[in-house]
Amino acid sequence: MNEQLQLDFDKISKTLKISEKEIQLKRNFLKKFIENGFPNRKQEDWKFLDISQIIKKNIGDLSFFNDYSSPNKIDPSIFVDGLEHNKIIFINGRIEKIDFNYEDQNQIEINDEIGKNITFNTENSLINLNNAFTNKVFKVLVKKNYSLKKPLIIYHSTNDKIKSKNVNLSLNFELEENSCLKLIDYFRANSDKNFLNILYNFDLKKNSILKNYKLDKYINNNLKYSFNNIEQESESISETFILSSGSDYLKNEVNCNLNGEYSSAFINGIFSLKENQQHEIRSTINHLVENTKSYQLIKSVLGKNSKSVYQGRIFVDSKAQKTDGYQLSKAILLDETSEFNAKPELEIYADDVKCSHGSASGSLSEDSIFYLMSRGLNYHQSKELLINGFLLDVVEKITDNEIRNLIKNIIGLKE
Amino acid sequence: MDTREKDIEKLKDYKYGFTTDIENIKAPKGLNEDVIKFISNIKKEPQWMLDFRLKAFERLKLLKEPNWQKPKYPKIDYQNLYYYSAPKSMKDKPKSLDELEPKLLETYKKLGIPLQEQARLNGIAVDAVFDSVSVATTFKGELTKHGIIFCSMSEAIQKHPNLVKKYLGTVIPVTDHFFATLNSAVFTDGSFVYIPEGVKCPMELSTYFRINASETGQFERTLIIADKGSYVSYLEGCTAPMRDENQLHAANVELIALDDAEIKYSTVQNWYPGDEKGKGGIYNFVTKRGLCKGKNSKISWTQVETGSAITWKYPSCILKGDNSIGEFYSIAITNNHQKADTGTKMIHLGKNTKSKIISKGISAGFSDMTYRGLVDINSKAKNSSNYTQCDSLLMGNKCGAHTVPYIKNKNFDSNIAHEATTSKISEEQLHYCQQRGLNPEEAVGLIVNGFCKEVLQQLPMEFAVEAQKLVGISLEGSVG
Repeated sequence: MNEQLQLDFDKISKTLKISEKEIQLKRNFLKKFIENGFPNRKQEDWKFLDISQIIKKNIGDLSFFNDYSSPNKIDPSIFVDGLEHNKIIFINGRIEKIDFNYEDQNQIEINDEIGKNITFNTENSLINLNNAFTNKVFKVLVKKNYSLKKPLIIYHSTNDKIKSKNVNLSLNFELEENSCLKLIDYFRANSDKNFLNILYNFDLKKNSILKNYKLDKYINNNLKYSFNNIEQESESISETFILSSGSDYLKNEVNCNLNGEYSSAFINGIFSLKENQQHEIRSTINHLVENTKSYQLIKSVLGKNSKSVYQGRIFVDSKAQKTDGYQLSKAILLDETSEFNAKPELEIYADDVKCSHGSASGSLSEDSIFYLMSRGLNYHQSKELLINGFLLDVVEKITDNEIRNLIKNIIGLKE
Repeated sequence: MDTREKDIEKLKDYKYGFTTDIENIKAPKGLNEDVIKFISNIKKEPQWMLDFRLKAFERLKLLKEPNWQKPKYPKIDYQNLYYYSAPKSMKDKPKSLDELEPKLLETYKKLGIPLQEQARLNGIAVDAVFDSVSVATTFKGELTKHGIIFCSMSEAIQKHPNLVKKYLGTVIPVTDHFFATLNSAVFTDGSFVYIPEGVKCPMELSTYFRINASETGQFERTLIIADKGSYVSYLEGCTAPMRDENQLHAANVELIALDDAEIKYSTVQNWYPGDEKGKGGIYNFVTKRGLCKGKNSKISWTQVETGSAITWKYPSCILKGDNSIGEFYSIAITNNHQKADTGTKMIHLGKNTKSKIISKGISAGFSDMTYRGLVDINSKAKNSSNYTQCDSLLMGNKCGAHTVPYIKNKNFDSNIAHEATTSKISEEQLHYCQQRGLNPEEAVGLIVNGFCKEVLQQLPMEFAVEAQKLVGISLEGSVG
């Protein structure tokens, strides 16, 4: 694999229009990745689902070079109906279109930041891989006091031109004071057996609001890894919602640093898994100053041979008095072969805090099914109704009405 | 303050901090085959025992010390330790308590357990371990009547080789992790208990461990077997003298419960925690594991951990028999620079198995407390359930409290519920207590005792009183 990496990297670096110094930086990231390789179960964060094994089993040999010289055809049928929105369209990792037609063009800036070096978390091998191979890094800047009128949907789509490829992409967002961005990540894949590696950086200034909804609904054979790093200044709010359901493998990582007082972070997630799917959410919330708040709710419904993992970590610095941290994970196992693993972790160094976590897993209660059946539903309907209610709970946490309804429709939940 | 006063001051801090002057027989320093042969030889062990040790030692050479734990410690030089030391007078074993060296008895007295008296008054049979060799075993007669075997490990190897051979290393095999394997290679003594079929042990069995000679690692090995339909409650208390250097304590405890048997194992651990600046103290790296081998068996661990510089242990239950039950009740208190990384593992293998975990952690001063636990429900463990509750209390903002549970559910018929909270003592509660005339320290004591009540209730009477006092002593000076 290492030779392949080196070869593909040399190919890519020739197509990049950046300085020698910047290429050297990328080369360092590559070197680090080659040293550590894909993460495996020996690493604590990858204990439950071993990505290196999964890649080996599901894909085999990966190649890393993608030819971005010619554009791909955009298939408009993938667009979300019934919701006016701005678009960024990625096809096979190439940015095909950026469209902010609904917005005041003076209030949004889009800059190419490929040369900017990302310094955080170099322990994470996949981020090193991403930094080494991304060919374009755009930064979306929302200016002071501006709230986007319509949500932004980022389409992550692939077509059948790629197979056994690793696709890396990265975006940066900066929300200036009092600004607001609603962002939907929408995954549509028309390809097989690729590994997508997505890295987002969010910089939330004072009083800004970020709402990020990640929707992976449509069944596909790709593996995906997504990392969100969110830096929050005072009074800012971040809301992350994850629907984890379509891909063979998906790991969503959210790292949230609450750097300013009265900032808060919300993470809600749904795993709805079927045959042979293996999904994970790993969240780290760092409460670094006083009076910050975080809330997490993760629910799983697990079918045959599927496996979901939730690793949630709340860290409270000794300075971060009056922290409020809450974490709850629940799972319903539908089949003998389904599996749920959780590691809800608290690491606390301040005394005046309220932190708690809870985790529960089991099968659907026979009593509830009996209750519904005695009122005339059949077994299947009763089950559906209970699952519906179980998941609705999470969707109800979504603060934006329009998007909440959209997501309800996408999942197929009834009120 | 002159040195004398300082010494007295020191003693006040740790009331069990004294060393008894008794000539020791020591094995040569270091860890090698010769030392293991020396230990085996001096204890007149049969060949199979020596083979067991050597096998463990072979395995040990391949192992590395684990380093995933939260509390880090300076590297231990295993070649610079003594692996065997016994009071010299033990060479010719005393026949009764009266023959014991007065100084030894004096030591126990200071500990608050005068052997004869306490034994008689409380009806407890004490198997005291002084450094590495069991000194005296009381109440033998009463126990023998019921067919119960309660003796030191060395004696069991001589007198009941078949039982030892059959069960030793079946729960903690020689191929286990570093410290457990180290223990298998060099363990010196410990307690052996066998409860025959259908016998309910008429009294609480108890051991007091003490580490005495400096630079000696204490390597205890305890094996408790409860045969079909039997019951036993076992108490273990530990204290160690004050020393500047750190001492290693790596014990192995194996429990085996056969069909319908129940074992209740209670620990009050009060090893020397080091001084206020974090100098010295015991490294308590213990492997405790229970196997519910038979149907309807039950193993219950209760621990009160207030001592040691570093406590690193996870008393575990392997629930193999159908309908078996595992329980874990724990209070861990850390103050000053103490560190603890403790919890449990509940491994559900049999059908209808149940487990319950109640853990209370209190950290004060500059200390660090971690609850780390595993609940693993295997795909064959139909209809199993687990309930876990782990609460932490923080006093001051220089300390840390962490919760790291691992939850694995591979069975859709089974339920796991886990709850954890971390908070401080609320101002309202303190205010309420003080309003009614308690001083702040008393108020905190009362609230903490309430916080720990669920666990303290699980302890046998005599222990509960001592534990309650210990909780108070451990937190002295952490308020205000």
